[in-house]
Amino acid sequence: MQYLSVVDVARHFGRRKALSQISFSCAAGEMIGLLGPNGAGKSTLLNILATLIAPSKGEVKYGDQGANDGADVRAQIGMLGHDLFLYPELTARENLEFFAHLYGVTDVHSTATRALHTAGLVDRGDDFVAGFSRGMRQRVALERALLHEPKLILLDEPFTGLDQTSTAALVGRLRERQRAGCLIVLATHDLDVADGVLSRAIYLKDGRMVGSDTGSSNLADRYRRAMDRGPRNADSALWGGE
Amino acid sequence: MQKLTTPFIVLSAGMLLVAPWIINAAPYESTMGLVQKVFYFHFPVAILFLVSAIICGVNSARVLFWKNERADGWAVAAAELGFVLGALTLVTGPLWARKAWGVWWVWDARLTMSLVLFLTFAAYMLLRRYGGPGSDRLGAGMALFGMVNVPFIYVSVNVWRTLHPMTSVVPTLPTDMGIPLWFCFAAFTMLFVALLNLRATLEHQRTRLEALYLAQDEA
Amino acid sequence: MMRAFFRVAWQVMRKDMTVEIRSREILLTTLLFAVSVVLIFSFALVREGRAPDDVAAGILWVAISFSGTLAMGRTFERERYNDTLRALILAPADRPAIYVGKLLGLLLLMLLVEIVLVPMVGLLFAAPIFAYPGMLLMLLVSGTLGFAAVGTLFAAMLVRVRSRDTLLPVLLYPITVPVMIGGVRGTAALFQAVPDEPMARFWIGLLLFWDAIFVTLALWTFEPVMTE
Repeated sequence: MQYLSVVDVARHFGRRKALSQISFSCAAGEMIGLLGPNGAGKSTLLNILATLIAPSKGEVKYGDQGANDGADVRAQIGMLGHDLFLYPELTARENLEFFAHLYGVTDVHSTATRALHTAGLVDRGDDFVAGFSRGMRQRVALERALLHEPKLILLDEPFTGLDQTSTAALVGRLRERQRAGCLIVLATHDLDVADGVLSRAIYLKDGRMVGSDTGSSNLADRYRRAMDRGPRNADSALWGGE
Repeated sequence: MQKLTTPFIVLSAGMLLVAPWIINAAPYESTMGLVQKVFYFHFPVAILFLVSAIICGVNSARVLFWKNERADGWAVAAAELGFVLGALTLVTGPLWARKAWGVWWVWDARLTMSLVLFLTFAAYMLLRRYGGPGSDRLGAGMALFGMVNVPFIYVSVNVWRTLHPMTSVVPTLPTDMGIPLWFCFAAFTMLFVALLNLRATLEHQRTRLEALYLAQDEA
Repeated sequence: MMRAFFRVAWQVMRKDMTVEIRSREILLTTLLFAVSVVLIFSFALVREGRAPDDVAAGILWVAISFSGTLAMGRTFERERYNDTLRALILAPADRPAIYVGKLLGLLLLMLLVEIVLVPMVGLLFAAPIFAYPGMLLMLLVSGTLGFAAVGTLFAAMLVRVRSRDTLLPVLLYPITVPVMIGGVRGTAALFQAVPDEPMARFWIGLLLFWDAIFVTLALWTFEPVMTE
């Protein structure tokens, strides 16, 4: 059963093409990596999957629902943005409780406590997020995104600025969610960490899909091969005759 | 619509060309003197200024609530024309005011409303120009408020103070003044329709060109 | 449904207030700015130690609208800082509820500034602020609400625009002209030598009517302008 399907999605901002002809579909329990250099359109694609940006063309299906189903679809999505989506002036607990309220979680207090526990920050719960290290913030931010037990988890560059222990913890938490039947889509350019974690890799270059494979090793080699397949120079392809 | 543009422009250009003679032939108004004649241009321009606000607002609502992308072309066209017509209204008005009230400007309901509407159009265009991607939506939101605002300003300044002659003088105008007035009104309206059409078509073609450009390598 | 709407709005407002109580940044800067505006106006208007009659209301509302613009810019700058506005929009809550929450937070902040501003104007320009306290309060609340309703929407939609700081007042002031006229005229009717009660009551009615329309329109518009 395919949970998420992306059908011929394109998005442009004015004249600038951010994405074109993106099509893929994936089932629950997968861990998908969106790989590509900066400016390849990874973040735009994630934001489209999160319904934050509407595609210029094509559509995204979540099971039998579409992005226009509004709150019902948003309730299934948990997103960890590059900027972490946390208020530095609030404590970790306040952040979690605020978003738990927003997500309509029934037992706000115990949900937040559980999230703090999973993040390993029970004793730091009443400290301001502003004083946290990058790794701690990342953990709170991840638990914030998972508060409402979303079916689809989107992560934008989750490994940036993390040390090895934090990275391992993050990977462990994501694996656990994957086993629980969530679909995880993460955008990254950190091939070393992503290697062996992803169940499928989707390669993006200049806003296009230049390949997709399911291998479990040698990600760097596969990445290089996929990038070579892509158009060498985007402009020449654009201006080529019709 | 498209086919009418050229004949409309030619016709209105011809009419505006002979308008000075027709206006000259109209009777000389004794209290206002020569300045009264600015009225033949001021009235049509001011009415069309308001019409463009309505067109811009309605089309903005279509963009926002019905996701009608073509409506955006009409909204932009109406806003740009509205800006020009507003400028003309604000120039021709004071010419009359200087003679009638002895000052260039008074804070009367219609004058204030025109000035605020003109500023709204200017702000709309600034937003479209510097708003970056997505500024069409933002502009539509702004234009919607701008249109709803017009009667509010009118009412509020009307309570506050009013000097402007009532529109009710227009139907009571003597025939030999009425003819040049409606002649000019017809000429300006045709010019307005033609320019609006032309500008919207340009915008639609630009959108289409963009779509073609974006779709080019997707064959 | 309705309860969920107000719960979300309440939570958003409470969150803004918690942040503000901790830093007090917006309140203090806005307040000082409002006081400076009053000061500047006194230089422009006071002659031989006395202000002309009838200027107190105008100065009061100019200070309110200028400082209000500053406050709305800052509240949304905070939401931009860690991209939290995106997180709010992403929540499965009604999006207009988020607007209402931000609006209430801003309204509260502006009213707090007015608590200091109004007595100050009353003192410096000899305005009888305690003559009709109920009506003055109604004028302040209804005028501020209309101004903040449009301002919150515009500030929210300008969050992603680079020149937002300059565009906000440019867009906001023409649209809020009727609210300003209503506020100034209504307040002036109360401040003049022979207070004109019916006039003030009339303006309060008109302001409330406009508030209703502005808020409704903003609730409709918020959702479509917030999706990119």
